[in-house]
Amino acid sequence: MKRLIKLGLLLTSSLIIAGCSRSQSETKDITIVGSTAMQPMIEMAAEEYQQTQTKTQLTVQGGGSGTGLSQVQSGAVTIGNSDIFAKQQPGIKADKLIDHQVAVVGIAPVINKEAGIKNLTLKQLQGVFTGKYKNWKQVGGKDVPIIVINRAQGSGTRFSFEADVLDGKDAINAQEQESSGTVQKMVQATPGSISYLSFSYLNKDTVPVMIDGVKPTPKNVVDNKWKIWAYQHMYTKKNSDQATKDFIKYMNSEKIQKHLIEKLGYISIEKMQVQKDADGNVEMIKR
Amino acid sequence: MKDEIQARILKKSKESYQEVWGKSLVIFCTLLICMLVISIFVFITSKGLATFFENHASLKNFFTQSTWNPNMSDKNGKPLVGALPMILGSFGVTLLAALIVTPFAIGTALFMTELSSKKVRNFLQMVIELLVGIPSVVYGFIGLNVVVPFIRNHFGGSGYGILAGATVLFVMTLPTVTSLTVDALKAVPKHYRQASLALGATQWQTMYHVTLRSASSGIYTAIIFGMARAFGEALAVQMVIGNASLLPTSLLTPASTLTSVLTMGIGNTVMGTVGNNALWSLALVLLLMSLFFNVCVRMIGRKDK
Amino acid sequence: MNKLFNQIAINIIRLIAFLVVILLALLIGKILGDGLPHVSFKFLLTPAKAFEAGGGISIQLFNSFYLLVLTLLISFPISLGAGIYLAKYAPKNKLTEIIRLTIEILSSLPSVVVGLFVFLVFVVEMKLGFSIIAGAVALTFFNLPLLTRNIEEAIASVPDLQLEAGLALGLSKWRTITKIILPESLPGIITGIVLSAGRVFGEAAALIYTAGQSAPAVDFSNWNIFDEASPLNVLRPAETLAVHIWKINSEGIMADANQISAGSSAVLIIVILIFNLGAHYLGNLIHAKLTSSR
Repeated sequence: MKRLIKLGLLLTSSLIIAGCSRSQSETKDITIVGSTAMQPMIEMAAEEYQQTQTKTQLTVQGGGSGTGLSQVQSGAVTIGNSDIFAKQQPGIKADKLIDHQVAVVGIAPVINKEAGIKNLTLKQLQGVFTGKYKNWKQVGGKDVPIIVINRAQGSGTRFSFEADVLDGKDAINAQEQESSGTVQKMVQATPGSISYLSFSYLNKDTVPVMIDGVKPTPKNVVDNKWKIWAYQHMYTKKNSDQATKDFIKYMNSEKIQKHLIEKLGYISIEKMQVQKDADGNVEMIKR
Repeated sequence: MKDEIQARILKKSKESYQEVWGKSLVIFCTLLICMLVISIFVFITSKGLATFFENHASLKNFFTQSTWNPNMSDKNGKPLVGALPMILGSFGVTLLAALIVTPFAIGTALFMTELSSKKVRNFLQMVIELLVGIPSVVYGFIGLNVVVPFIRNHFGGSGYGILAGATVLFVMTLPTVTSLTVDALKAVPKHYRQASLALGATQWQTMYHVTLRSASSGIYTAIIFGMARAFGEALAVQMVIGNASLLPTSLLTPASTLTSVLTMGIGNTVMGTVGNNALWSLALVLLLMSLFFNVCVRMIGRKDK
Repeated sequence: MNKLFNQIAINIIRLIAFLVVILLALLIGKILGDGLPHVSFKFLLTPAKAFEAGGGISIQLFNSFYLLVLTLLISFPISLGAGIYLAKYAPKNKLTEIIRLTIEILSSLPSVVVGLFVFLVFVVEMKLGFSIIAGAVALTFFNLPLLTRNIEEAIASVPDLQLEAGLALGLSKWRTITKIILPESLPGIITGIVLSAGRVFGEAAALIYTAGQSAPAVDFSNWNIFDEASPLNVLRPAETLAVHIWKINSEGIMADANQISAGSSAVLIIVILIFNLGAHYLGNLIHAKLTSSR
């Protein structure tokens, strides 16, 4: 038994030593951490990138926008993914980071089928989320109580949604849920519930509603007819190395922007006819 | 000549060297665990207290107020960190789950150790060990698809709330508590039971007065471990409790727990900001609460003896 | 009167056990029923896909096993030592009580807190990066209390007579413990390991920030532990099956996310089943060998 202990200790320590003496080859490590919503997109792009660029080792992790930004700021990771502007995140010195916008995502309110709602005005939507309306019949639906499901405090989707919809008012204190997948399932299962999802999570079972008669489609986001949308950012430090620059360049290349990004339900940054700044001001892009 | 014999007798034998070596080895292992706990404790305490010392949140508000929005300040310029809803929520689900799980676990364990054949017992043991390994996410989704609609249809409300959370935790902690209780019951020497039965006690009297009594400290431990798991559980509870930082008014209204707020928020805040520190304060409360629980149960256990 | 009461009480216990069995059967039945139709050899042997349908779980499955082995390598020796100390050496005083309390506290820490602690200390400060080894350290934190407790109980359940007999024969306490008492308590220890192994398989929250949630392709023909593409490399990020289930449920956008998640859950249960059976068999075998009994 003692021998067993010794063997265990020996193996453990040798593993740790083996771990520390990582071979220093010529491969460049790029660690990308942040927004969980952006993870599938970046992972997919990284996978394709690695097929041609074998000298770069890409590691893509989730962890949330806040983690991504704080880790890139402290230098622990190379790229921090965020679905809000660094300026909007408390505790981040935005001027120390470089913003690379790689895609645009539309956000759509989703309502459970039993509410019987197909269209809302922006004011009504605001009323629902600020708690002015308690029952769907007040906004033209069936007699079902409204159950608001907010996203988690500090989540990028919630931040963008509230900035574009609530006009500075506070959302009511209601249920909160973190991940898109869970929100999707909850709205499907809970009668009278309402929440919001980015376009990539809309499927045949979640019915998005029209706002003022506008459908939540990528086409309507491009010219800001659909007003609820946000950028997907990749933040780096100011003096990032060549390998990092190359990958960011690849993210903005036609191959990624034309195919991958649209396939995943995002909107290519190049197609946008308008731009939005960190304070929510929208203006036309002059070309 | 005489001295040589004396030296040989006084010299420590190989056995006693081994004894010293072995004893120091096991003491070292124990101390290592304690060091780990202390380091994590210091870490969480320093982070958790920063909310009050660096960000000047009021400790009284933390425990008595119900508004949780650390990035906003109240009229005195202090961050809004009212953790009362989460504290009550955590207590609620844990106690309720422990309350439901205890009779079920003890009943099943008694059945396994005292009433069933060896085959049945081994089979049950295997099934129970299987359940420990199911990821909490899976429990969460079953809760979302089965428990929440059931509560909504039979008890009313939206279905999300403390009752749903406690039900999911009941199922999650059942394997842990049961298998630890089985171990405790097995550790009771056979002759205790034989003596009791020989004195003319019925099977039930033997179980109740002898077996359960002498296994009581083990059973307490089983329940603590179950409660500990319930306490620290995040992913599954988060899906069914609703996560509304409102004071729970009934078992059926959406509530939140310390862990659910912690898990949801930690990725979205930046290290060193009020929002982040406030979450570490929640972790600290979690730690202190489980410390409190452990001490309480230990004291009950000691009184019993 | 006593007899009647006895009958009632025993029937109530039977009823409770029956209810629990039904509950567990329904639970396992649901998971297997939902999942098994999606499990195939192809599912087990192909790597996962980021968002298209048709991905498998090969790498995740391997990662779960490897992480379990690493975790046990670190945590088993430590908890064995601590278990022996607490069961046989520790004096019955305040200090021992405090040590026990400390160990129990460790088990009630929420996984996300431990995950973040390991993330800040090991992943960021010690620059291990998102890696299996960081994940194993995080899991060790959970494993230690449960394993220590189990080993202690297993050792304590061996009658003191054994120890006294050993001492009377002139063996040192240490030798008696390692040669006589440990083999005797082996089945109990194995149960402890199996239980904690289940926990390792099922843990997700602590691994998100430590072992990471991506599974880069590995080359299963490369067994050089230092190579980046080798499955044995302890510094590569490794998403486990439980983390994979969590990830596709929370953010997955592949068309067959629900099927993959159900299938993975079923696979997880089957793996744990095989593991349990194997460990019990092994435990009995070793026990028979060491005590030379049949």
